[in-house]
Amino acid sequence: MQKTLDQEINEIQTEEYLINMGPQHPSTHGVLYLELNLSGETVVDCMPHIGYLHRGIEKLAESRTYTQIIPFTDRLDYIASMNNNLGYCLAVEKLMGIEICERAQYIRVIIAELNRIASHLLAIGTFAQDLGAFATPLFYCLREREKIIEIFDEICGNRLTYNYIRIGGVQFDLPRGIDKKIKNFIGYMGSKINDYENLLSVNAIFLARTKNIGVLSKEAALNYGVTGPSLRASGVKWDLRRDFSYLVYDKLQFDIPVYNNGDSWDRYKIRLDEIVQSLRIIEQAVAALPEGDPTVKVGRMIKPPAGEVYVSTENPRGELGFYIVSDGSLYPYRLKIRAPSFANLAVLPALVKGLKVADVVCILGSLDIVMGEIDR
Amino acid sequence: MQPDNNISVIPKEKLLEVVKNLQSEGFEALHCLTAQDKKESIELVYIFQSLKKHRIFTLKVGLALDGLEIETLSRLYKAADWLEREVFDLFGVKFINHPDLRRILNPEDWKGFPLRKDYTHPDIVAKPKF
Repeated sequence: MQKTLDQEINEIQTEEYLINMGPQHPSTHGVLYLELNLSGETVVDCMPHIGYLHRGIEKLAESRTYTQIIPFTDRLDYIASMNNNLGYCLAVEKLMGIEICERAQYIRVIIAELNRIASHLLAIGTFAQDLGAFATPLFYCLREREKIIEIFDEICGNRLTYNYIRIGGVQFDLPRGIDKKIKNFIGYMGSKINDYENLLSVNAIFLARTKNIGVLSKEAALNYGVTGPSLRASGVKWDLRRDFSYLVYDKLQFDIPVYNNGDSWDRYKIRLDEIVQSLRIIEQAVAALPEGDPTVKVGRMIKPPAGEVYVSTENPRGELGFYIVSDGSLYPYRLKIRAPSFANLAVLPALVKGLKVADVVCILGSLDIVMGEIDR
Repeated sequence: MQPDNNISVIPKEKLLEVVKNLQSEGFEALHCLTAQDKKESIELVYIFQSLKKHRIFTLKVGLALDGLEIETLSRLYKAADWLEREVFDLFGVKFINHPDLRRILNPEDWKGFPLRKDYTHPDIVAKPKF
């Protein structure tokens, strides 16, 4: 007997199937492998596999002197190397109990904030690229980022891994005339913010792809240990530059942008707002830059007293913490790196469940992870 | 900079109880979990952060080498899931009742626990003498 169409439709079986996203996938921002369990186009389960970039930096550090570890920190979050240098050097300085001169502190603030802008620019550019805004926003962002890299190139001679901030100061004093270039950049970047607002913030496609996608609640964000812009986009006003202030941030005026929805849109917008605040910080720091010699005075063979220290600083991606145990020798006994992206990625499976495959790309882009510091 | 934090050392049986108290006192986040090899024992270091109180709190638990097992915190803090997998991977500490205890950074078939002091591998060279 012939079946009716209705009967045939009722007999159709559906089953979940599995796709592999990565480890070589353009929108996973590095070597991340996501195992996605799909029902149709809907994500049922997501399992991230990490470790493809694991270089054992924590183990290597146990057989290097304190100064030799600084280049390793460059290679953690390679988009924001200066901030990594800074976090590590602050931890060692706290362990040794040394104070650094005022000029070095201001230089560090300027450098760290410039690198934060560079990092956020890349985050916004690649995020827009992931959403299908092919090339234009990314090229705009890279154009602005290039100006920062040129400034860094002039200051320390490197474009990506700087190794500039040292234990007890910085490698070189600022070159003559750089303050004018930085001021020019502040004016230039300030005038470009509007371009981004016009290009992305009012773009109907961009809004449709990001609004209410991947909502991370305040409680979940804290419970998962999410930090940085992603936490502040969920409505938690927490920024280590203000809350556990370090360097000279307490002398500078800046606001902490907070958004309340915790969706991908908020995570994008908060980065744009933070660029504006960073520009404010740099402007004040350049104006207040005191005289002095910021270069290192402590020597390269450092033997901190036995003890342990935990210091975390506000990186572009969140709180980067260094836990150092010293036994009084030339080498650290144990160095633990608390990477912000590690916690920020762990929340991904909870965010993508029930959404479409294309939204996975969107959420991953909005979380702004860097595999270098996740795998270490 | 973080204020000098309070460190407290507790036996492993009391961990869950102490952490539950901490959580109800307002420590919303398990900020960091790590361990260090103290030769005769392995010491776990839990760092909790309270945003309300502007404080961090460090909890230490010593584990004897013949009893490397401890209750998981993943039911209280979701962050513990990956952090405990990392400690398991690098130090070989077993977390009881963990939902998915596998290696996380190293491949599944990796031998040994790299961050222990007695770990050897042909690629690891001795420290230079100064």
